[in-house]
Amino acid sequence: MNSVSVNEQTRAAQPVAAEPLVEIQDLVVEYVLPQRRVRAVDNVSLTINAGEIIGLAGESGCGKSTAAHALLQILRQPAEITGGRILFKGEDMVSMTPEELRKFRWRHVSLVFQSAMDSLNPLLRVGDQFVDMLQAHERVRKADALARAGDLLDLVGIDKRRVSAYPHELSGGMRQRVVIAMALALQPELIVMDEPTTALDVVVQREILQEIEELKNELGFAVLFITHDMSLLVEISDRIAIMYAGEIVEQAPAETLFRQPKHPYTVGLMSSFPPLTGEIKRMSGIPGSPPDLGDPPSGCRFNPRCPHCTGEDQRLYQLQTTERPVLRSIAPDHLVACHLDFTTGGAA
Amino acid sequence: MSAVVDDQADQEERGSADVAALDVRGLTKHFSDGSLFRRQYIRAVDDVSFTLRPGTVTALVGESGSGKSTVARLLSRLYKPTDGTIDFRGRDVSRARSRRALLSYRSEVQMIFQDPFGSLNPVKPIEHHLARPLKIHGIVPRKQVHNRVIELLNQVGLVPPEEVAAKFPHQLSGGQRQRVSIARALAVEPKVILADEPISMLDVSIRLGILNLMLDLKEQHDLAFLYVTHDIASARYVADEVMVMYAGQIVEHGKTDDVLLHPLHPYTQLLLSAVPNPEAGLRQSKLPPRANRNLAPSHVGCRFADRCALAIDTCLDTPPALLELRPNHFVRCPIVSPS
Repeated sequence: MNSVSVNEQTRAAQPVAAEPLVEIQDLVVEYVLPQRRVRAVDNVSLTINAGEIIGLAGESGCGKSTAAHALLQILRQPAEITGGRILFKGEDMVSMTPEELRKFRWRHVSLVFQSAMDSLNPLLRVGDQFVDMLQAHERVRKADALARAGDLLDLVGIDKRRVSAYPHELSGGMRQRVVIAMALALQPELIVMDEPTTALDVVVQREILQEIEELKNELGFAVLFITHDMSLLVEISDRIAIMYAGEIVEQAPAETLFRQPKHPYTVGLMSSFPPLTGEIKRMSGIPGSPPDLGDPPSGCRFNPRCPHCTGEDQRLYQLQTTERPVLRSIAPDHLVACHLDFTTGGAA
Repeated sequence: MSAVVDDQADQEERGSADVAALDVRGLTKHFSDGSLFRRQYIRAVDDVSFTLRPGTVTALVGESGSGKSTVARLLSRLYKPTDGTIDFRGRDVSRARSRRALLSYRSEVQMIFQDPFGSLNPVKPIEHHLARPLKIHGIVPRKQVHNRVIELLNQVGLVPPEEVAAKFPHQLSGGQRQRVSIARALAVEPKVILADEPISMLDVSIRLGILNLMLDLKEQHDLAFLYVTHDIASARYVADEVMVMYAGQIVEHGKTDDVLLHPLHPYTQLLLSAVPNPEAGLRQSKLPPRANRNLAPSHVGCRFADRCALAIDTCLDTPPALLELRPNHFVRCPIVSPS
């Protein structure tokens, strides 16, 4: 296994001729309330390639979880997809019937969320929960399902014999691993991880992240990794998309985003995390708070908090406050939605 | 004030009392567990000693269950210590019982909690939360209470203060509520503030604002802060000193950069290697595998021995002492030595 994972790692490091696994196109998700509609996800387009880890970041309430739930089609009322397409290997998921979706989920796309470790049934042994899940998706004998449960636990670094444990007998980190093992069970091509390690201690978090990376290299699935922790995201992701107020405002390879963030919001997010090494300077974070999505500011949605929206340059100010910037390419693989001109610092 | 605090001053510890805001010696808390007939004790905090000094932030870091919050709760006298002394202005307050003694202590030592949603009364306006401690502790004459509330709101950056004072907690964001909690702590003009994970429930973009506020208040009011956190990068940002706690004991203690840039204890090293730090290279080196030793229930040695890659026989049978391996840098490990 070791030699294989080394080879896989070099391959994963340079995604050659990436083939799109999921294409999210102009996705719109709205909370349809009696008096008004709130757009939680507004014209989001994002491509996830096979075998890559793509990071999605932003403050709480920026729409990152809603976008992920839309991708899995597990939105709850009053949220609905009101526009756009989600293509999985070319097939539109938005038009699937509930039965098609039921078969599709878990086999092709699975989900691990933040409090997933608390989603295990406390009254059932861990192994039986695997059996339930496996039998819901395929015809399999209980004994075989249990054996597979053991193998899956082994895969995520838990002793096989723990199939007969109850959830309360396992630590938080182990339960989170169990949920990851379940997400892997049917060998999906994409696993959506929504803050999978936020509730865990750093050492356990690091162990689980290492596990995810190794499994990814071994099994070749793609990951949509959602977190608010930029330091973590930069480390684990191949590419990162930054969301603000329902829109993607910047998208780039992790290294580019870390070394040369362009959008003032990304710059602000990056400087919200004090460094662990190097010089300590007074940092300021981002002033203000995200807008009410039911009544977003006109023009660029970030303009009330943007340090570059000062009115010094009247023409730029006019643009910033009246016109919504569109996502444009400023370098290969680097998209930004901002009126600033990143070559001179003036208006685009 | 001296008359109302139980007179148990520990004269030996007076040496540094001129500069200490709070001096803690041998603080211990055991919680009982198990059945009535098979009592077991969990040593949540075991022989913890440190000094909080005016105008400094001391960070207490560790993972969940390490006992760091218990220390803060012991200092605020929400819990009664099993053993040890808490020396405040030359008086031991760890055994103080009378309401007046506790009231007077708590007016000097204030606590800020993690959850800014749960610590404010949802049916009372912000003004009520700040006016109440002013009245209870008689900080200012009644007529001046409102003016003082406005001043406090200004100090913590909640503007316009008149408007904020009239609002209810649900009308404020998490960060603003945490600022109200800080203003409430400041209201009684304390010497010490115990902040238990004050930013961990806040959105990333506003965390720095709260940390900066702590830094400003420390300067302006010469406050002594105890900053309890699991976020090591934030501890480095605000703290002058760092204490690392593991399984109820302090395993390393020293100046912030001594501990965090040149850690000596294997646990501190493990902790630091686990924290995401893109500055140090995008793909981090791997964690060492867990040692996974099984410790006997009667284990008396180092509490980290089951996970420690360096552990030797001594670690299993002898409890390690906290030793000063470099000037002002204390480490509880028999294996590491100053290099």
